[in-house]
Amino acid sequence: MPRRDDLKKILLIGSGPIVIGQACEFDYSGTQGAKALRAEGYEVVLVNSNPATIMTDPELADRTYVEPLDVPTLRAILERDRPDAVLPTLGGQTALNLALALHDDGTLDRLGVELIGASPTAIRKAEDRQLFKEAMARIGLECPRSGVARSVEDAVAIVERGELGAGKPTGYPALIRPSFTLGGSGGGIATSRADLEARVAWALEQSPTREALIEESVLGWKEYELEVIRDTADNFIVVCSIENLDPMGVHTGDSITVAPAMTLTDRELQRLRDASRAVMTEIGVETGGSNVQFAVNPADGRVLVIEMNPRVSRSSALASKATGYPIAKIAAKLAVGYRLDELTNDITGTSAAFEPTLDYVVVKWPRFAFEKFPGADKRLGPQMKSVGEAMSIGRTFCQALQKAARSLETGRDGIASLIGVVDYRALATDGSLGRDLLMDAPPEPRAPETLPPLSAAELRDALERLVPVASADRLFYVADALRVGITAERLHELTRIDPWFLAQLARIVDHEARIPASLGDARALRETKRLGFSDRQIARLCELTEAEVRVVRERLGVRPVFGRVDTCAAELATTTPYLYSSYEDESEAAPSARRKVIILGGGPNRIGQGIEFDYCCVHASMALRAMGLETIMVNCNPETVSTDYDTSDRLYFEPLTFEDVMAICDEERRSGELVGVIVQYGGQTPLKLAVPLSRAGVPLLGTSAEAIDRAEDRGRFDQLLTKLGLKRPRGEIARGVDEAFEVARRIGYPVLVRPSYVLGGRAMMICYSERELAAYVHVAVEAAREAGTQNILVDEFLKDAIEVDVDAIGDGKQLVIGGVMQHIEEAGVHSGDSTSVLPPHSLSPEVVASIEEQTRQLGLELGVVGLMNVQFAVQGGREVFVIEVNPRASRTVPFVSKATGQPLAKVAAQVMAGRSIEELGVRDASTPTHVAVKESVFPFAKFPGVDTQLGPEMRSTGEVMGIAATFARAFGRAIRATNVALPTSGRAFISVKDDDKPAACAIARRLRALGFTIVATDGTAAALERARIPATRLKKARDGSPHCVDAIREGSIALVVNTTVGAREIRDSYSIRRASLLSNIPYFTTMAASLAAVDVLEADVAPGAPRQVRSLQEWHDAGRR
Amino acid sequence: MSGVRARLALADGTIFEGEAFGAAGVATGEVVFTTGMTGYQEVLTDPSYCGQIVTMTAPEIGNTGIVAEDAESAHEAPWVSGLIVREASPVASSWRATETLSAWLERHGVVALSGLDTRRLTRHLRDHGSQNGAIGAAPPEELVRRACDAPSMVGLDLVARVTPKEPYRFTESSGVWRATPAPTGATRHVVAIDLGLKRNILRCLVDAGCSVTVVPARTTAAEILALDPDGVFVSNGPGDPAAVTYAIDTVKGLLGKRPIFGICLGHQLLAIATGATTYKLKFGHRGLNQPVKDLATGRVEITTQNHGFAVDLASLEGKARTTHLHLNDGTSEGLEVPDLDAFSVQYHPEAAAGPHDALYLFRRFVDRIDLARDRRAHA
Repeated sequence: MPRRDDLKKILLIGSGPIVIGQACEFDYSGTQGAKALRAEGYEVVLVNSNPATIMTDPELADRTYVEPLDVPTLRAILERDRPDAVLPTLGGQTALNLALALHDDGTLDRLGVELIGASPTAIRKAEDRQLFKEAMARIGLECPRSGVARSVEDAVAIVERGELGAGKPTGYPALIRPSFTLGGSGGGIATSRADLEARVAWALEQSPTREALIEESVLGWKEYELEVIRDTADNFIVVCSIENLDPMGVHTGDSITVAPAMTLTDRELQRLRDASRAVMTEIGVETGGSNVQFAVNPADGRVLVIEMNPRVSRSSALASKATGYPIAKIAAKLAVGYRLDELTNDITGTSAAFEPTLDYVVVKWPRFAFEKFPGADKRLGPQMKSVGEAMSIGRTFCQALQKAARSLETGRDGIASLIGVVDYRALATDGSLGRDLLMDAPPEPRAPETLPPLSAAELRDALERLVPVASADRLFYVADALRVGITAERLHELTRIDPWFLAQLARIVDHEARIPASLGDARALRETKRLGFSDRQIARLCELTEAEVRVVRERLGVRPVFGRVDTCAAELATTTPYLYSSYEDESEAAPSARRKVIILGGGPNRIGQGIEFDYCCVHASMALRAMGLETIMVNCNPETVSTDYDTSDRLYFEPLTFEDVMAICDEERRSGELVGVIVQYGGQTPLKLAVPLSRAGVPLLGTSAEAIDRAEDRGRFDQLLTKLGLKRPRGEIARGVDEAFEVARRIGYPVLVRPSYVLGGRAMMICYSERELAAYVHVAVEAAREAGTQNILVDEFLKDAIEVDVDAIGDGKQLVIGGVMQHIEEAGVHSGDSTSVLPPHSLSPEVVASIEEQTRQLGLELGVVGLMNVQFAVQGGREVFVIEVNPRASRTVPFVSKATGQPLAKVAAQVMAGRSIEELGVRDASTPTHVAVKESVFPFAKFPGVDTQLGPEMRSTGEVMGIAATFARAFGRAIRATNVALPTSGRAFISVKDDDKPAACAIARRLRALGFTIVATDGTAAALERARIPATRLKKARDGSPHCVDAIREGSIALVVNTTVGAREIRDSYSIRRASLLSNIPYFTTMAASLAAVDVLEADVAPGAPRQVRSLQEWHDAGRR
Repeated sequence: MSGVRARLALADGTIFEGEAFGAAGVATGEVVFTTGMTGYQEVLTDPSYCGQIVTMTAPEIGNTGIVAEDAESAHEAPWVSGLIVREASPVASSWRATETLSAWLERHGVVALSGLDTRRLTRHLRDHGSQNGAIGAAPPEELVRRACDAPSMVGLDLVARVTPKEPYRFTESSGVWRATPAPTGATRHVVAIDLGLKRNILRCLVDAGCSVTVVPARTTAAEILALDPDGVFVSNGPGDPAAVTYAIDTVKGLLGKRPIFGICLGHQLLAIATGATTYKLKFGHRGLNQPVKDLATGRVEITTQNHGFAVDLASLEGKARTTHLHLNDGTSEGLEVPDLDAFSVQYHPEAAAGPHDALYLFRRFVDRIDLARDRRAHA
């Protein structure tokens, strides 16, 4: 069937903020979908609460709603825009759940809106564990034995007695999977009755339906995924097979995965293909992509179906990048009636009804952020914990694996040895495991002990204990185990990793020993490079510098070539320059004779560097393409829009290291003119390359490396501020622990301590006393060491100051302000975690003008060409301090652009390419008549054992935006968009530090006026009573039950306001915040946010009234008028 | 790997460097590439690859070692002249494996190369066409000479090398690997003309409810009819279809007498038997991802293919009806001679290796057999 002409207008639902388990892959799919539908002539209405996405660019849809993704809002949009259909399969689990809810409550039927892409029946059959199991039984496929538990007792019945549909007892260990959660949130493995009871209780809390699947464990089995597509004519293709290197037991999002499958015979693979086809048919997916996951018993080949997703997923993004087959785009077209054979494979120009074949190997390696969450359980399991991933393409598995390892940017340049780098003794006896992760506060950090180095036997012993436990670094431990002589056979027993992967790892390890002796031999060096060793790895093994290895390599003529990702293993000639490096005979890069710009992306998502930077890179590419320049993207993050092969003219899917980027520059300079490289758009990753690239003679676009250094180097930056007469908090650089104490004493407590040259507030902390500094300083020293410096910065901490962020664009002569944002939380909360308001809601016009003026001075003095972000702190409502200047794209650029309608990243890219601000006619953003609020989203629920208290270290994974006519309404929308429902009545629990007691009284008064009753801990209650505010007293947790934490857990509290100061007090109140999080009760940990929340409650005059929605295009138009 | 330098020389003089594995020596043959990512063992044991040096475009080969029951030829030995891979696995990792690929090749005397830039080779063959080559640890000039001396594929009858000497019965089904519903019993007798037959075709026929007698290539139509078959199957096989004149005669002699089903070479022979012609493709179709459109249903099948010659579509006109076309290049993939109850496909519905999308053709064949039997019974 060709394109459906009965549909005119289609609503596309996005996936909301970036969270663990749902990241920018859905921006990639949503963007592809929106583009595809518009290209087909449909009117597209789009909704997503996440402003950092490309898909919410106003140009991409006819109407774009940046609104909360909840049923009332969606209903309001449907009623207002009356689309003919809703396409929910490109927006992850969030969109699918919403679509199902709108179907179930009759909204879709009532408004005559069709669900396309997947039917409600299909969604339900795939998502409901029991229905799925029954469906699989009907087609003769096995699932693991399991039953659905709605209580702890149910779970015991399933595991021990085989009741509730399990058939036979599933036994221990048993797998627990809560229903309808993202990334397996709340899942776990129970090894005993007591363990089961605790974990099931937790899982039931996580599940929106209060259900959990209790399942037979298939730990250690091989795990596979097939990415498949089916159309209305029953045409079916497998786009990609993916094999998990980590056996069953680790969430696939946390596993190292390999495409195509490596250790299956054809018969076994076809068995999975047949099963996938049967699953698609039985579930009833007939217009789109899905993925089906299997477990295969390595002993006898028994196949179990684990699950299927009737939608585009993270794996589909990976499969799309791994093969060059654009699954989301094809899925969107199938949803509007096309059949596969009516569509074209862009890369080959032949039919889309075929199966891609690969002549390279793809490895995906997840990136974790445990360093941000001290106290978290670092073991990997069925609940996803990674925050991003890197993908690499190599001609062989070894090459791809080592490229992936260096793409992660975790300081490893490949499969490097960690012996002497990590403390294997401490790792093997991790103390955090004995803790009750649900309720015990994390242990206080201690200074590292000095112990004698491990003996060979101790090291072997430590590694043998470490490798069976799945962890972020397990593969490095396995490689080290091979290095110390533990055999591959033994490692297979310990890890259940397939012997083939272990044999490959052994090849890398064995070869490594031969490298130093054979460095001068061209053939041997080529073999080394073919196994994926980076220059830095070789340098370390040979005790040389990277530059020296590079010289040797160049002299011997060992240089990479570039192969094409072409979907067909070179069977057909292609013109799409989607490239990867390898050490083969011939290069297919074929650089053009055009004027070109290379844009360096941000690499794997991590906390502090995510989708916002990808947004900027994509915008740079769009703007420069429009100027007639050829754009060349370099990135290694498969989830992104930037790595879509048609975002830029050319795409190199490569690690963002000096070596890899230089190779691309060299290749591209063979023909045409390399106008420059953009390093300022991808976050810290490419910025770190500015100096080395510049030294190597590569032209950089925009702000010079020299100016970047002037802004980043503490001493030079201080001189700059002095020259301009601008104020900053007093502070000094300390080299080591002793100096830190001296500096702190000179400045006076509290002090802000952080390592130099790190992003996202890594290891940044506020210390209120010498004791606290003593406890935390070595963490900063350690983080500084990882960043390659010994410097830590000790600054005066500005108490109760308001933080302000400014984004601006300079061209060297002129500087325009893009937007000024006021943070709701006081200074001390990382800017990436705080709530930002544009325009500032409580600063005087004079202060704002002064901030703008200071920004201008800084930009012009530094000679900023392109984007710049400045952070200020305002104390006492008047005094303005400069906190830091970043002459690069900032995390807030997309938010500002969505709030104001001014595409900052595009304008700045044009400026960097030589246009002047005057020429472009850009002016300072006028103060908008509406208010936009950016709110952060945190992954605390995924990390039992972690405190939710906000601080100077960034821990949010994503953001949402609320936009409305007033601050209170905009903030209210932003809160709703984070999936928090503010209560309208009930008991408000208040427990605050002494400084905050006056403000707490004001809050309590206003809450009472709204109809809340107040409960408080002793100290706060006393303060309230003095102010004549009635409050019921609750005991602190340490004073024994019944206490405030009990009250929160039993659900008798509607709202929590909790502020605290000092390390001990923070630990004491840990359980209050943790219990609030687990009970899904709105809680505020700063007075500013609490006050703002009360504003919201007061503004929400008629709770339950129909939602008012307005599209970005309308807000922007209104602003321009 | 061995570390012994070895190379491939093409007849056009192009040299590719690699390392020796498998057996020592020099091998010659037509150099072709196949794009399947799985099924190297099926390829190596497929008699249709007789006389060819096969390049696998998938880079990691041999990972699951050798599995006895996955061999496609009756004697479980390789048929290829040589093998070229980018990377050969040092281990055999499969619960069914008995041997590593390297050891197996060595045992069977097959010369192989690894470490070679197979993508460059594939691109060369794609752009310049399949051609003869020689592989081994010999000087380049010698290899080029050996490559030039090797016989051309056009006009070459390789069937004689792969066909069995004597007829035999075949009763093995797909067993636990069966992908179709079990039949009610082996109620039809099919004679399969073995021109280089893949074992899985026989299994599929058994799976569909046939008892099978396999006969050598030179068996005549009269001899076949004397076996009283309900249907005749014409197999795949190596070489130039036009050179296998005896088999063409056999097919001509059977047309209209019993339902006929042909695969690959069998498709080409059926076409020639009806008066159509074949020609050599530039580099052929070899892989597991080839899209074929069933013109009757409009559905696309992802198919396994391995052929260097093709049926000339224009020459079919008026003689047979085209039933299937290759979706990428529009070449002939299936034909039907309605009046004479014969049909054939260019691709491999028995897969092995590859997807099972076209297994329905075996069902179609037995349905034809049953209809024809009914007709004969009522005639």
